Amino acid sequence: MVANEADLRALMRASLRGDAAAYRTLLSRLSANLRAYYKGRLARIGRSATEAEDLTQDALMAIHTRRHTYDPAAPLMPWVHAIARYKLIDHLRHTHASMKDLPIDDAEEIMAQDDHVGSESAYDLNRLLGQLPDKMRRTIQLVKLDGLSVAEAASQCGMSESDVKVSVHRGLKALVTSVARKGRL
Amino acid sequence: MKTDDLIAMLSTNVEPVDHRQIVRNISMAVAAGAAVAVGIVFFVLGPRAGLTTVAAFIPALLKVAVTAIILVPASIYLIRLTRPGGERRSSVTLVVLPFIAVMLLAVLSHTFAPSYHGHWTILGDEWLECVISIPLIAIVPFSVIVWAVRQMAPTDLARTGAFAGLVAGCVSAIGYAVHCADDSVPFFALWYGGTIALCTFAGWRLGPKLMRW
Repeated sequence: MVANEADLRALMRASLRGDAAAYRTLLSRLSANLRAYYKGRLARIGRSATEAEDLTQDALMAIHTRRHTYDPAAPLMPWVHAIARYKLIDHLRHTHASMKDLPIDDAEEIMAQDDHVGSESAYDLNRLLGQLPDKMRRTIQLVKLDGLSVAEAASQCGMSESDVKVSVHRGLKALVTSVARKGRL
Repeated sequence: MKTDDLIAMLSTNVEPVDHRQIVRNISMAVAAGAAVAVGIVFFVLGPRAGLTTVAAFIPALLKVAVTAIILVPASIYLIRLTRPGGERRSSVTLVVLPFIAVMLLAVLSHTFAPSYHGHWTILGDEWLECVISIPLIAIVPFSVIVWAVRQMAPTDLARTGAFAGLVAGCVSAIGYAVHCADDSVPFFALWYGGTIALCTFAGWRLGPKLMRW
Protein backbone atom coordinates (compact mmCIF):
# COMPACT_ATOMS: atom_id res chain seq x y z
CA MET A 1 0.00 0.00 0.00
CA VAL A 2 1.47 3.28 -1.11
CA ALA A 3 0.91 6.57 0.71
CA ASN A 4 -2.19 8.40 -0.38
CA GLU A 5 -2.03 12.13 0.23
CA ALA A 6 -5.76 12.69 0.74
CA ASP A 7 -6.17 9.79 3.21
CA LEU A 8 -3.10 10.69 5.22
CA ARG A 9 -4.05 14.35 5.35
CA ALA A 10 -7.50 13.47 6.70
CA LEU A 11 -5.84 11.29 9.34
CA MET A 12 -3.45 14.11 10.25
CA ARG A 13 -6.28 16.61 10.62
CA ALA A 14 -8.14 14.22 12.90
CA SER A 15 -4.93 13.62 14.86
CA LEU A 16 -4.44 17.34 15.46
CA ARG A 17 -7.92 17.41 16.98
CA GLY A 18 -6.83 14.69 19.41
CA ASP A 19 -8.11 11.53 17.65
CA ALA A 20 -5.75 8.85 19.02
CA ALA A 21 -6.92 6.04 16.71
CA ALA A 22 -6.41 8.18 13.59
CA TYR A 23 -3.02 9.22 14.89
CA ARG A 24 -1.94 5.65 15.46
CA THR A 25 -2.97 4.66 11.94
CA LEU A 26 -1.22 7.70 10.53
CA LEU A 27 2.05 7.04 12.36
CA SER A 28 2.18 3.39 11.38
CA ARG A 29 1.50 4.22 7.74
CA LEU A 30 4.10 6.98 7.76
CA SER A 31 6.62 4.72 9.50
CA ALA A 32 6.47 2.32 6.53
CA ASN A 33 7.17 5.19 4.13
CA LEU A 34 9.93 6.58 6.29
CA ARG A 35 11.60 3.17 6.66
CA ALA A 36 11.62 2.60 2.90
CA TYR A 37 12.92 6.13 2.33
CA TYR A 38 15.77 5.80 4.81
CA LYS A 39 16.72 2.26 3.74
CA GLY A 40 16.92 3.46 0.15
CA ARG A 41 18.97 6.55 0.96
CA LEU A 42 21.35 4.78 3.33
CA ALA A 43 21.84 1.76 1.08
CA ARG A 44 23.17 4.06 -1.65
CA ILE A 45 25.96 5.18 0.65
CA GLY A 46 26.56 1.77 2.19
CA ARG A 47 24.91 2.21 5.61
CA SER A 48 23.06 -0.40 7.65
CA ALA A 49 19.38 -1.14 8.20
CA THR A 50 19.54 -0.47 11.97
CA GLU A 51 20.48 3.10 11.15
CA ALA A 52 17.37 3.29 8.99
CA GLU A 53 15.27 2.14 11.94
CA ASP A 54 16.90 4.71 14.25
CA LEU A 55 16.16 7.43 11.73
CA THR A 56 12.58 6.24 11.26
CA GLN A 57 12.06 6.61 15.00
CA ASP A 58 13.84 10.00 15.07
CA ALA A 59 11.52 11.21 12.33
CA LEU A 60 8.39 9.84 14.08
CA MET A 61 9.38 11.60 17.31
CA ALA A 62 10.06 14.82 15.38
CA ILE A 63 6.69 14.54 13.64
CA HIS A 64 5.07 14.08 17.05
CA THR A 65 6.76 16.91 18.95
CA ARG A 66 6.58 19.33 15.97
CA ARG A 67 3.08 18.45 14.76
CA HIS A 68 1.88 21.97 15.56
CA THR A 69 4.03 23.20 12.65
CA TYR A 70 1.81 21.41 10.12
CA ASP A 71 -0.52 23.78 8.30
CA PRO A 72 -3.80 21.85 7.72
CA ALA A 73 -4.40 23.91 4.58
CA ALA A 74 -1.18 22.58 2.98
CA PRO A 75 -0.43 19.07 1.66
CA LEU A 76 0.94 16.68 4.29
CA MET A 77 3.58 14.67 2.46
CA PRO A 78 5.91 17.59 1.58
CA TRP A 79 5.87 18.44 5.30
CA VAL A 80 6.71 14.85 6.27
CA HIS A 81 9.37 14.69 3.59
CA ALA A 82 11.00 17.93 4.77
CA ILE A 83 11.24 16.53 8.32
CA ALA A 84 12.53 13.17 7.07
CA ARG A 85 15.18 14.80 4.90
CA TYR A 86 16.20 17.24 7.64
CA LYS A 87 16.72 14.35 10.08
CA LEU A 88 18.70 12.42 7.47
CA ILE A 89 21.03 15.33 6.70
CA ASP A 90 21.45 16.03 10.41
CA HIS A 91 22.28 12.38 11.04
CA LEU A 92 24.81 12.19 8.21
CA ARG A 93 26.46 15.40 9.31
CA HIS A 94 26.93 13.96 12.77
CA THR A 95 28.26 10.68 11.52
CA HIS A 96 30.76 12.46 9.28
CA ALA A 97 29.35 11.41 5.96
CA SER A 98 29.45 13.85 3.15
CA MET A 99 26.20 15.48 2.19
CA LYS A 100 27.39 15.41 -1.37
CA ASP A 101 26.70 11.68 -1.29
CA LEU A 102 23.03 12.46 -0.95
CA PRO A 103 21.13 12.78 -4.22
CA ILE A 104 18.46 15.46 -4.55
CA ASP A 105 15.02 14.08 -3.79
CA ASP A 106 11.52 15.39 -3.33
CA ALA A 107 8.20 14.58 -1.72
CA GLU A 108 7.36 12.10 -4.47
CA GLU A 109 10.06 9.77 -3.22
CA ILE A 110 8.67 9.37 0.23
CA MET A 111 5.27 8.46 -1.17
CA ALA A 112 6.63 6.07 -3.75
CA GLN A 113 7.44 3.10 -1.57
CA ASP A 114 6.81 1.65 1.82
CA ASP A 115 8.41 -1.03 3.93
CA HIS A 116 6.67 -2.82 6.79
CA VAL A 117 9.62 -4.93 7.85
CA GLY A 118 10.42 -3.13 11.07
CA SER A 119 13.29 -4.11 13.27
CA GLU A 120 14.57 -2.72 16.54
CA SER A 121 16.39 0.55 16.75
CA ALA A 122 19.46 1.06 18.90
CA TYR A 123 17.40 3.15 21.33
CA ASP A 124 16.58 1.61 24.66
CA LEU A 125 13.32 3.13 25.87
CA ASN A 126 13.75 2.06 29.48
CA ARG A 127 17.20 3.57 29.73
CA LEU A 128 16.04 6.75 28.01
CA LEU A 129 13.14 6.96 30.46
CA GLY A 130 15.56 6.32 33.30
CA GLN A 131 17.35 9.59 32.51
CA LEU A 132 14.19 11.62 33.08
CA PRO A 133 13.19 13.20 36.39
CA ASP A 134 10.88 10.96 38.49
CA LYS A 135 7.71 12.93 37.87
CA MET A 136 8.10 12.91 34.08
CA ARG A 137 9.01 9.23 33.98
CA ARG A 138 6.04 8.26 36.15
CA THR A 139 3.48 10.26 34.18
CA ILE A 140 4.80 8.99 30.84
CA GLN A 141 4.68 5.43 32.15
CA LEU A 142 1.05 5.81 33.29
CA VAL A 143 -0.38 7.90 30.44
CA LYS A 144 1.69 6.86 27.45
CA LEU A 145 2.69 3.26 28.21
CA ASP A 146 -0.01 1.90 30.55
CA GLY A 147 -2.69 3.84 28.68
CA LEU A 148 -4.36 5.32 31.76
CA SER A 149 -6.47 8.41 31.18
CA VAL A 150 -5.04 11.73 32.30
CA ALA A 151 -7.63 11.88 35.11
CA GLU A 152 -6.67 8.40 36.41
CA ALA A 153 -2.97 9.21 36.27
CA ALA A 154 -3.60 12.47 38.07
CA SER A 155 -5.33 10.78 40.99
CA GLN A 156 -2.64 8.05 41.20
CA CYS A 157 0.17 10.61 41.31
CA GLY A 158 -1.68 13.09 43.45
CA MET A 159 -1.22 15.77 40.79
CA SER A 160 -3.68 17.97 38.95
CA GLU A 161 -4.70 16.95 35.42
CA SER A 162 -2.97 19.93 33.87
CA ASP A 163 0.24 19.10 35.77
CA VAL A 164 0.09 15.57 34.36
CA LYS A 165 -0.38 16.90 30.81
CA VAL A 166 2.51 19.34 31.19
CA SER A 167 4.73 16.67 32.70
CA VAL A 168 4.02 14.19 29.88
CA HIS A 169 4.57 16.88 27.28
CA ARG A 170 7.89 18.02 28.75
CA GLY A 171 8.99 14.43 29.33
CA LEU A 172 8.42 13.49 25.69
CA LYS A 173 10.30 16.57 24.55
CA ALA A 174 13.18 15.66 26.85
CA LEU A 175 13.18 12.10 25.47
CA VAL A 176 13.36 13.41 21.92
CA THR A 177 16.14 15.81 22.86
CA SER A 178 18.24 13.09 24.43
CA VAL A 179 17.75 10.94 21.33
CA ALA A 180 18.66 13.91 19.11
CA ARG A 181 21.82 14.45 21.13
CA LYS A 182 22.66 10.93 20.07
CA GLY A 183 21.78 9.23 23.30
CA ARG A 184 22.54 6.08 21.38
CA LEU A 185 22.82 3.48 24.08
CA MET B 1 13.03 -0.11 20.96
CA LYS B 2 10.54 -1.42 18.42
CA THR B 3 9.00 1.18 16.13
CA ASP B 4 5.51 -0.18 16.84
CA ASP B 5 6.07 0.35 20.57
CA LEU B 6 7.14 3.92 19.91
CA ILE B 7 4.02 4.53 17.80
CA ALA B 8 1.85 3.04 20.54
CA MET B 9 3.47 5.33 23.09
CA LEU B 10 3.15 8.47 20.97
CA SER B 11 -0.47 7.87 20.03
CA THR B 12 -1.78 6.91 23.48
CA ASN B 13 -3.79 9.74 25.04
CA VAL B 14 -2.72 12.18 22.35
CA GLU B 15 -3.50 15.84 23.08
CA PRO B 16 -5.13 18.12 20.52
CA VAL B 17 -2.73 20.79 19.24
CA ASP B 18 -3.26 24.31 17.99
CA HIS B 19 -1.78 24.71 14.51
CA ARG B 20 -2.16 28.50 14.67
CA GLN B 21 0.53 28.90 17.32
CA ILE B 22 3.29 29.44 14.71
CA VAL B 23 1.80 32.68 13.42
CA ARG B 24 0.85 33.79 16.93
CA ASN B 25 4.15 33.00 18.65
CA ILE B 26 6.45 34.40 15.95
CA SER B 27 4.40 37.59 15.62
CA MET B 28 4.44 38.00 19.38
CA ALA B 29 8.20 37.48 19.49
CA VAL B 30 8.71 40.16 16.81
CA ALA B 31 6.36 42.57 18.63
CA ALA B 32 8.05 41.93 21.98
CA GLY B 33 11.47 42.43 20.35
CA ALA B 34 10.29 45.73 18.86
CA ALA B 35 8.94 46.91 22.22
CA VAL B 36 12.25 46.08 23.93
CA ALA B 37 14.29 47.79 21.17
CA VAL B 38 12.22 50.98 21.37
CA GLY B 39 12.41 50.82 25.17
CA ILE B 40 16.22 50.49 25.18
CA VAL B 41 16.60 53.42 22.77
CA PHE B 42 14.13 55.54 24.71
CA PHE B 43 15.66 54.96 28.12
CA VAL B 44 19.35 54.42 27.30
CA LEU B 45 20.03 56.67 24.29
CA GLY B 46 17.07 59.00 24.78
CA PRO B 47 14.67 60.22 22.08
CA ARG B 48 15.97 62.82 19.61
CA ALA B 49 15.59 66.48 20.49
CA GLY B 50 12.15 67.88 19.77
CA LEU B 51 10.57 64.54 18.83
CA THR B 52 7.16 66.07 19.49
CA THR B 53 7.68 68.79 16.85
CA VAL B 54 6.63 68.21 13.25
CA ALA B 55 10.15 68.92 11.94
CA ALA B 56 11.57 65.98 13.89
CA PHE B 57 8.55 63.69 14.08
CA ILE B 58 7.87 63.39 10.34
CA PRO B 59 11.43 62.31 9.35
CA ALA B 60 11.55 59.88 12.30
CA LEU B 61 8.19 58.47 11.23
CA LEU B 62 9.42 58.16 7.63
CA LYS B 63 12.47 56.17 8.76
CA VAL B 64 10.23 53.87 10.80
CA ALA B 65 7.80 53.47 7.88
CA VAL B 66 10.50 52.64 5.31
CA THR B 67 12.08 50.09 7.67
CA ALA B 68 8.64 48.58 8.27
CA ILE B 69 8.30 48.05 4.50
CA ILE B 70 11.24 45.63 4.79
CA LEU B 71 10.15 44.25 8.17
CA VAL B 72 6.63 43.12 7.24
CA PRO B 73 7.44 40.83 4.28
CA ALA B 74 10.54 39.58 6.13
CA SER B 75 8.38 38.54 9.10
CA ILE B 76 5.90 36.77 6.82
CA TYR B 77 8.75 34.80 5.24
CA LEU B 78 10.24 34.06 8.63
CA ILE B 79 6.92 32.49 9.68
CA ARG B 80 6.86 30.40 6.47
CA LEU B 81 10.45 29.27 7.03
CA THR B 82 9.70 27.94 10.50
CA ARG B 83 7.52 25.20 9.00
CA PRO B 84 9.28 22.10 7.62
CA GLY B 85 9.77 22.59 3.87
CA GLY B 86 8.87 26.29 4.17
CA GLU B 87 12.00 27.22 2.22
CA ARG B 88 10.35 25.83 -0.91
CA ARG B 89 7.53 28.35 -0.58
CA SER B 90 9.59 31.47 -0.01
CA SER B 91 11.29 33.67 -2.55
CA VAL B 92 13.89 36.18 -1.49
CA THR B 93 12.94 38.73 -4.18
CA LEU B 94 10.03 40.26 -2.28
CA VAL B 95 12.32 41.10 0.62
CA VAL B 96 15.25 42.32 -1.46
CA LEU B 97 13.09 44.63 -3.62
CA PRO B 98 12.26 47.25 -0.94
CA PHE B 99 15.92 47.18 0.05
CA ILE B 100 17.03 48.00 -3.49
CA ALA B 101 14.30 50.66 -3.79
CA VAL B 102 15.63 52.49 -0.72
CA MET B 103 19.20 52.31 -2.03
CA LEU B 104 18.12 53.65 -5.44
CA LEU B 105 16.23 56.47 -3.80
CA ALA B 106 19.35 57.37 -1.84
CA VAL B 107 21.56 57.39 -4.92
CA LEU B 108 19.04 59.52 -6.82
CA SER B 109 18.65 62.04 -4.02
CA HIS B 110 22.41 62.24 -3.70
CA THR B 111 22.92 62.76 -7.41
CA PHE B 112 20.22 65.39 -7.81
CA ALA B 113 20.81 67.35 -4.60
CA PRO B 114 24.57 67.17 -4.07
CA SER B 115 25.16 70.71 -2.90
CA TYR B 116 22.91 70.53 0.14
CA HIS B 117 25.21 69.00 2.72
CA GLY B 118 28.16 68.01 0.58
CA HIS B 119 29.76 64.65 1.40
CA TRP B 120 28.64 64.97 5.00
CA THR B 121 25.20 63.73 4.03
CA ILE B 122 26.69 60.26 3.75
CA LEU B 123 29.09 60.30 6.64
CA GLY B 124 27.14 62.55 8.99
CA ASP B 125 28.46 62.82 12.52
CA GLU B 126 26.27 60.08 13.93
CA TRP B 127 27.38 57.24 11.70
CA LEU B 128 29.58 55.55 14.29
CA GLU B 129 26.87 55.58 16.93
CA CYS B 130 24.41 54.20 14.36
CA VAL B 131 26.75 51.41 13.26
CA ILE B 132 27.35 50.33 16.85
CA SER B 133 23.83 50.80 18.22
CA ILE B 134 21.71 48.99 15.62
CA PRO B 135 23.57 45.64 15.71
CA LEU B 136 23.99 45.83 19.49
CA ILE B 137 20.32 46.53 20.19
CA ALA B 138 19.37 43.83 17.65
CA ILE B 139 20.82 41.15 19.95
CA VAL B 140 17.74 41.32 22.19
CA PRO B 141 15.02 40.89 19.52
CA PHE B 142 17.23 38.31 17.79
CA SER B 143 17.39 36.21 20.98
CA VAL B 144 13.63 36.42 21.50
CA ILE B 145 12.96 35.46 17.86
CA VAL B 146 15.45 32.57 17.94
CA TRP B 147 13.80 31.29 21.11
CA ALA B 148 10.38 31.36 19.40
CA VAL B 149 11.72 29.75 16.21
CA ARG B 150 13.27 26.93 18.23
CA GLN B 151 9.79 25.82 19.27
CA MET B 152 8.99 25.32 15.58
CA ALA B 153 10.71 23.20 12.93
CA PRO B 154 12.71 25.12 10.31
CA THR B 155 14.48 22.83 7.84
CA ASP B 156 16.73 25.43 6.18
CA LEU B 157 18.55 26.79 9.21
CA ALA B 158 20.90 29.19 7.40
CA ARG B 159 18.06 30.91 5.57
CA THR B 160 15.81 30.95 8.63
CA GLY B 161 18.69 32.43 10.64
CA ALA B 162 19.23 35.10 7.98
CA PHE B 163 15.57 36.08 8.12
CA ALA B 164 15.62 36.13 11.92
CA GLY B 165 18.65 38.44 11.71
CA LEU B 166 16.94 40.62 9.10
CA VAL B 167 13.79 40.96 11.22
CA ALA B 168 15.84 41.69 14.36
CA GLY B 169 17.91 44.27 12.46
CA CYS B 170 14.77 46.04 11.17
CA VAL B 171 13.18 46.02 14.62
CA SER B 172 16.37 47.46 16.11
CA ALA B 173 16.60 50.12 13.35
CA ILE B 174 13.01 51.14 14.08
CA GLY B 175 13.97 51.62 17.71
CA TYR B 176 17.11 53.56 16.77
CA ALA B 177 15.11 55.88 14.49
CA VAL B 178 13.50 57.32 17.63
CA HIS B 179 16.94 58.59 18.66
CA CYS B 180 18.74 59.27 15.37
CA ALA B 181 18.72 62.94 14.31
CA ASP B 182 20.34 62.57 10.88
CA ASP B 183 17.56 62.62 8.33
CA SER B 184 19.49 62.59 5.06
CA VAL B 185 18.42 59.80 2.71
CA PRO B 186 21.98 58.67 1.84
CA PHE B 187 22.83 58.43 5.55
CA PHE B 188 19.72 56.34 6.15
CA ALA B 189 20.31 54.09 3.15
CA LEU B 190 23.97 53.44 3.88
CA TRP B 191 24.07 53.08 7.65
CA TYR B 192 20.61 51.68 8.34
CA GLY B 193 20.74 49.49 5.24
CA GLY B 194 24.30 48.42 5.99
CA THR B 195 23.70 47.50 9.62
CA ILE B 196 20.49 45.62 8.77
CA ALA B 197 22.46 43.70 6.13
CA LEU B 198 25.11 42.96 8.76
CA CYS B 199 22.46 41.58 11.15
CA THR B 200 21.15 39.41 8.29
CA PHE B 201 24.64 38.06 7.65
CA ALA B 202 25.17 37.33 11.37
CA GLY B 203 21.83 35.48 11.50
CA TRP B 204 22.76 33.48 8.42
CA ARG B 205 25.95 32.28 10.11
CA LEU B 206 24.36 31.70 13.54
CA GLY B 207 21.14 30.00 12.37
CA PRO B 208 22.56 26.48 11.90
CA LYS B 209 24.17 26.59 15.35
CA LEU B 210 21.29 28.11 17.30
CA MET B 211 18.22 26.62 15.64
CA ARG B 212 19.12 22.95 15.29
CA TRP B 213 16.43 20.54 16.54
